[in-house]
Amino acid sequence: MASIEMSHIVKQYGDGYPAVNDVSLDIADGEFMILVGPSGCGKSTLLRMIVGLEDITSGDMVIAGDRVNDKAPRDRNLSMVFQNYALYPHLSVYENIAFPLRLAKVPDSEVRKRVEEAASVLELQEHLERKPANLSGGQRQRVAMGRAIVRAADAFLFDEPLSNLDAKLRGQMRTEIARLQRRLGITTVYVTHDQTEAMTLGDRVCVLRKGVIQQVASPRELYEQPVNLFVAGFIGSPPMNFLPASVEGTSLSTPFGKVELGEERAEKVKGYDLLLVGIRPEYFEDASLVDEAKKPYGSTFTARVDVTEWLGDAQYAYIPYEAPAEIAEQLKQLSRELDSDQLRTQAVVSIDSTSRIREGHEAEFWLDTRKVHVFDPKTGENLTRDAEAGRKLTEMAAEDRIEQVERAKV
Amino acid sequence: MSTREKVGWGIGGLIIIIYCLFPVAWIISLSFKSSDDISNGQFLPTVFSGANYEQILVGDAAGLFLPALVNSFGICLIATFISCLLSMFAAYAIARLDFPGKKLILSTALAVAIFPVISIVTPLFNLWRQIGLYNTWPGLIIPYLSLTLPISIWTLSAFFREIPWEMEQAAQVDGATPWQAFRKVIVPLAAPGVFTTAIIAFFLAWNDFVYGISLTSTEAARPVPAALGLFSGASQFESPNGPIAAAAVIVTIPVVLLVLLFQRRIVAGLTNGAVKG
Repeated sequence: MASIEMSHIVKQYGDGYPAVNDVSLDIADGEFMILVGPSGCGKSTLLRMIVGLEDITSGDMVIAGDRVNDKAPRDRNLSMVFQNYALYPHLSVYENIAFPLRLAKVPDSEVRKRVEEAASVLELQEHLERKPANLSGGQRQRVAMGRAIVRAADAFLFDEPLSNLDAKLRGQMRTEIARLQRRLGITTVYVTHDQTEAMTLGDRVCVLRKGVIQQVASPRELYEQPVNLFVAGFIGSPPMNFLPASVEGTSLSTPFGKVELGEERAEKVKGYDLLLVGIRPEYFEDASLVDEAKKPYGSTFTARVDVTEWLGDAQYAYIPYEAPAEIAEQLKQLSRELDSDQLRTQAVVSIDSTSRIREGHEAEFWLDTRKVHVFDPKTGENLTRDAEAGRKLTEMAAEDRIEQVERAKV
Repeated sequence: MSTREKVGWGIGGLIIIIYCLFPVAWIISLSFKSSDDISNGQFLPTVFSGANYEQILVGDAAGLFLPALVNSFGICLIATFISCLLSMFAAYAIARLDFPGKKLILSTALAVAIFPVISIVTPLFNLWRQIGLYNTWPGLIIPYLSLTLPISIWTLSAFFREIPWEMEQAAQVDGATPWQAFRKVIVPLAAPGVFTTAIIAFFLAWNDFVYGISLTSTEAARPVPAALGLFSGASQFESPNGPIAAAAVIVTIPVVLLVLLFQRRIVAGLTNGAVKG
């Protein structure tokens, strides 16, 4: 049980490239912190610096009040689950889980008790005598977790633990990890590039880009009040749509018609020639299915639908639009940075699954303008972010966490 | 594969096997020939006789052969053990650590391996005479290390490189010191590699002739290959081919046994299941 405090952590490799650049992050005792970002953003490096497998170039790493910069991994009392599990192939499952205890010279009877306890939590009892080679992927994953929980570590560190599992198992293990963390109430740092994991598991999520923290907040705050274009584009699936826009009075003119901002938000975007307006797919709707009472809160427009995807519970429509060359280039760069390669400028629109909008036809859409965000295309900064509302969302998440931990203790 | 291809491969394989094993078969057959038969030009002996074996195991040549057998075993086993141990540490360092001069060590090892033995043996003879290593076990073990170490370092460092880094890092996070991580995780995983290396090193030492004949003078340290060269016939007009063949068969047996014994340990894929895919 410990908090982890990082201040001005820098990791520079031999060639001077800063993989992690001036990261300051406080992780509270018992908190579930997610480090997320596209590949190469430095999230794994940061995790490995916490556990001590990577040297810290400068800055302070403080775990449970002790500065651990110069401590070896074995002296930090942390446990880690590796991406490829790193099980010891020559040992049985039992000995794999018991390994940390054996090193600590724990007496045999105590080892047996604790391994069996861990095995029953992870439902590994009938596999204890088998070798890792004979286990399935999910079972190996559970053995790796067993090895982590068997010891009373100060914190758990996970390095993309589910990325090698198939989608169904991943979902199961995700809930399993969440339950385990709440039950044990141990500080957890979890690295992932999968945003579903980030959103569902984390109390707070730290979004990294090229070694620099973009935003640390609860999943809800990240989703509703992102600080910049990068976070807005990274969080959410399908991703947020970015449309070019110019200011006209209190509204924005976009390829999909006028977007009314209202006095307050219009004030914030004054003076910019060209803006990017960020609209999440679900802010759109098939206009014919929108409640009359709701309609005044948004605007309607007609557009030609290129492709529709019907998924049963949801339906997506793709609407191409024209963007000025500089905006198109910037969006392309952003999508490349987010590990996706968007080929054309198109908006993804989530509409009700009962909608009969058809491909290749003109259709009328409604757009909820209350929640759109406006970004400065040059700096990427979110001009309409409501910091106060965001803070409240994260506070609520913190309260939830405390309540859940309390409940788990009973 | 079609039946025709299978037959083709079978015949091809058979030809190669016959070509490789024919000298061995010839030696075995020779070792069972009586002295009258030796130069009769036939493959099979007219009468199977154990006289040659008798001669080297209990007869005249026993004084020459049996101590040599003991010497060979002792010297080769010790040399193999030392070279495995040293090369294990060296190879681990080469595979894992980044230190200046790493390439130099590897290339020096290679250079030593290709250095012709015959060119060092004369100076070594003089040196050994002066410092009292001539005709002793250590006097052969040391040069044998120069034969076995380079190849051991090369093969073992290849094996160590195959072991995922994460294994060791996981052990360290679990609370192991670097030495514990090495002993409890890396060494068991590298065991097949160590056995393979040990066998290769043993063969190299076991087969040496030049050092054996040059650096020894009595049965105090003379190994089998050198002893074979000193066999003499019953009279000076009789060639000692029969006893030499018998001795050759006997010294081949441990080598064959060694491979059969360790074959199970040299299984690839021991690291299966350590990491995903």
